[in-house]
Amino acid sequence: MRTKVGQGIGLVLILLWCLFPVAWIFSLSFKSVEEAAAGSPQFLPKDPTLDTYREVLANDDFQRALINSFGISLIATTLSVILATLAAYAIARLDFTGKRVVLSIALAIAMFPVVSLVGPLFDQWRVLGLFDTWPGLIIPYMSFTLPLAIWTLSAFFREIPWEMEQAAQVDGATAWQAFRKVIVPLAAPGVFTAAILTFFFAWNDFVFGISLTSTTDARPVPAQLAFFVGPDQFNAPTSTLAAASMMVTVPIIIIVLLFQRKIVAGLTSGAVKG
Amino acid sequence: MAAIEMKNIVKQYGDGFAAVNDVSIDVADGEFVILVGPSGCGKSTLLRMIVGLEDITSGDMIIGGERVNDIAPRDRDLAMVFQNYALYPHLTVYENIAFPLRLAKNFSESEIDEKVRTASATLELDEHLDRKPGNLSGGQRQRVAMGRAIVRDAKAFLFDEPLSNLDAKLRGQMRTEISRLQRRLGITTVYVTHDQTEAMTLGDRVAVLRRGVMEQLATPRELYENPVNLFVAGFIGSPPMNFLPATVEGDMVELPFGRVKIPAEKAARAKGRGLLIAGIRPEHFEDASVMDRATVAEGSTFRAHVDVTEWLGDQQYAYIPFEAPPEVQAQLTQLERDLDGESIRTQLVVSLDSASRVPEGEEIELYVNAAKMHLFDPSTGDNLTVTSPREETSAHSSSTSSSSSGASVAR
Repeated sequence: MRTKVGQGIGLVLILLWCLFPVAWIFSLSFKSVEEAAAGSPQFLPKDPTLDTYREVLANDDFQRALINSFGISLIATTLSVILATLAAYAIARLDFTGKRVVLSIALAIAMFPVVSLVGPLFDQWRVLGLFDTWPGLIIPYMSFTLPLAIWTLSAFFREIPWEMEQAAQVDGATAWQAFRKVIVPLAAPGVFTAAILTFFFAWNDFVFGISLTSTTDARPVPAQLAFFVGPDQFNAPTSTLAAASMMVTVPIIIIVLLFQRKIVAGLTSGAVKG
Repeated sequence: MAAIEMKNIVKQYGDGFAAVNDVSIDVADGEFVILVGPSGCGKSTLLRMIVGLEDITSGDMIIGGERVNDIAPRDRDLAMVFQNYALYPHLTVYENIAFPLRLAKNFSESEIDEKVRTASATLELDEHLDRKPGNLSGGQRQRVAMGRAIVRDAKAFLFDEPLSNLDAKLRGQMRTEISRLQRRLGITTVYVTHDQTEAMTLGDRVAVLRRGVMEQLATPRELYENPVNLFVAGFIGSPPMNFLPATVEGDMVELPFGRVKIPAEKAARAKGRGLLIAGIRPEHFEDASVMDRATVAEGSTFRAHVDVTEWLGDQQYAYIPFEAPPEVQAQLTQLERDLDGESIRTQLVVSLDSASRVPEGEEIELYVNAAKMHLFDPSTGDNLTVTSPREETSAHSSSTSSSSSGASVAR
C-alpha cells in the first residue's frame, strides 16, 4: 500500500516535470501575439485564438519546410531500416572476418559529435552539389542512425531461434523467402524500434538542417522555425513559434502511438516450447 | 515417398572431430527407422544431414535414387518435425500448416484449404485453426508441427526428438499417435530419440549410435535379445542389463555369487578367454521361493544379500551390491560414461515376481536363467555369445516353455 502511494506520487512528479513545458507551449500557442509578448505571463490564455495556427499554415515557407521534413525523414528512415535490417541479419547469422570491426566502427560513428562534422560536410556538399538538396540531408541522417539501428536489430535477430529459419528452408523456402516471411515478421518489434529512433533523429535534427541548407528547397521544419519573424523587431513571434512547435510535435506523437501498437513484447513467445 | 540410402556418411568438423563416422543405413520405402543413442552420439547430426541442414563431409546421401549431397533443403522435398517444433509464432495454426503449400506456389487457394483441413482433421486441430501457436499447449503445438509435415506429400518424414518436450503421459499418447499416423500414411520415416522406449516401440528397425559410430542396426527384438556388444546391451533395456565379472570353466560360469551352468554351445565360444563380463537381464532372475521346485532344479540358484527393494505393483526390483575386480571395473565405468550414466557402486538389479516378499537386508535364494546369459570380451566389448537370428528364435521358444513361472512371466 505504501509503495503504491509512493509510486503514485513519483509518477505525478515525473509527469509534471516532463509535461509542464509541453503544456505551457500548448497554452502559449493559443495566445495572441500581443498577449504572449506582454510582461506578465499566466498559464491560461485570456483570449484563446487560433490566429497563430492560421498564420503558420498560411506561411508558404513553413509549408515547404513541412514537406521537406516529412520527405527527408521518411526516406532516411526507410533506407536506414532496410540497410540496417540486412546488415544486422548478416552480423547476427553469418560468420565473416571483420564482423567485430564492423560493429566497433558502427559504434564509433554513433559516438562521433555531430557538430564536428558539419564544417567538412558543408565543404564537401558544396563541391559535390549536394548542398541544399534532400540527399544532402538524407545521407548524414542515415549514417548517424544506421549504427544504432544495426545494434538494435542484430540483438533482435540473435533472439530468434535458428530453427525458425531452418524449418522454413525445409518447408521449401529460399534463404530470401525465409528471411522475408519468417525472420523479418518476428523481428518486427526491433524493426519498428529502429524505425522510430531513426525518424526521431531526422525529424528533430537542427544542426544539419540549418548548416547544409540555404533555401526552402531542402530546409526542414526545425531550421525553418528560426526564420520566423514577429510583426516588428520588438515583438518576438513567441506564440506563432509555439503554434508551429505544436504542429511539428503532433505528427511525432501520432507516429509513436501508431508504432507502439506494433512493438508488442514477447511476439516470439510460442515459437518454441514455452 | 522414397527410400533413403546413407553410404559411408562422415561428418567432420573443422577441428577434426568426427561427429558422424562412416555410417551406412538403408531405409526402405515406407520403413520406420529410429536413430538412438546417448547425447553427443551424432544422431541429430545425421538427421540434419539427411534433410540438408548440415553439410556432408564424405559419403553419399541418396533419396529416392537421387544423390542429394549438394541439393538445398528446400529441393529435397522432406518434411521435418523439430525438437522445439519451430512453429511460426506470427502466423495462425492454419497459416503455419499452409506455409509449405504457399511456398510451393503450384496450389490454388481452394486446394490449399482442402489440404490444410484434411491435415487438421487428421490431427484434431480443427478448433484451433485460428489461434496463434503461443496460445496452444505443448501437445497441441506438437500436433501443429506434425500437421505442417503431413500437409505436403513429402518423400519422407524426419523427426528430431519430437516428444522430448512433453510430459510423460502426453509423450505416451503422442507416441502411439505418431505410430498410427506413420502406418496409415505408409511414409518413410527417420526418427531421432534418446528415449529407448520410443526406439523400441516405434521403429521397424533401430540404429544404435555411439560417438558417431553405428554400433548395431537391427529390429528392436534383435537388439534386445542379441546385442552385438556391451554398449548396445547396456543401452537397450530398462532397468539395464547387469554386467558381472565371470570366468568360464567347462560349461560352468563363475560369477561373484556362485557358479552357474550355461549351454555347452555358449560355453564353447567363450572358452579359454580368462576373465569375461557376463550380461544378464534383470528379468532373467527370480526369487526361487515363488517358483515351482521342478523349474528351479533345472536352472541354477544362488544365495545373495538383498540391499534395497522397489515394489511397483506389477513387478519389483531388488538391488544386490557386489565387488568387481579392477580389470572389469574400468570397462564398466567407461561404459557407464558412454551411456550418460553415473553409477556409484556395482550392483545387481533383479526383477522379481511382485508376489515375492523379499525382506530388505536379508539373504534370499535367487534363480537365474543362465541360458539367457551373454558373455562379453572385457577389452573389446564384443558379445561372444551372440547367436544368428535363426538360432535365437529356437532358443527363445524353448526357454519360454522351460521356465514357465520364471523370466517370461515376470515380464
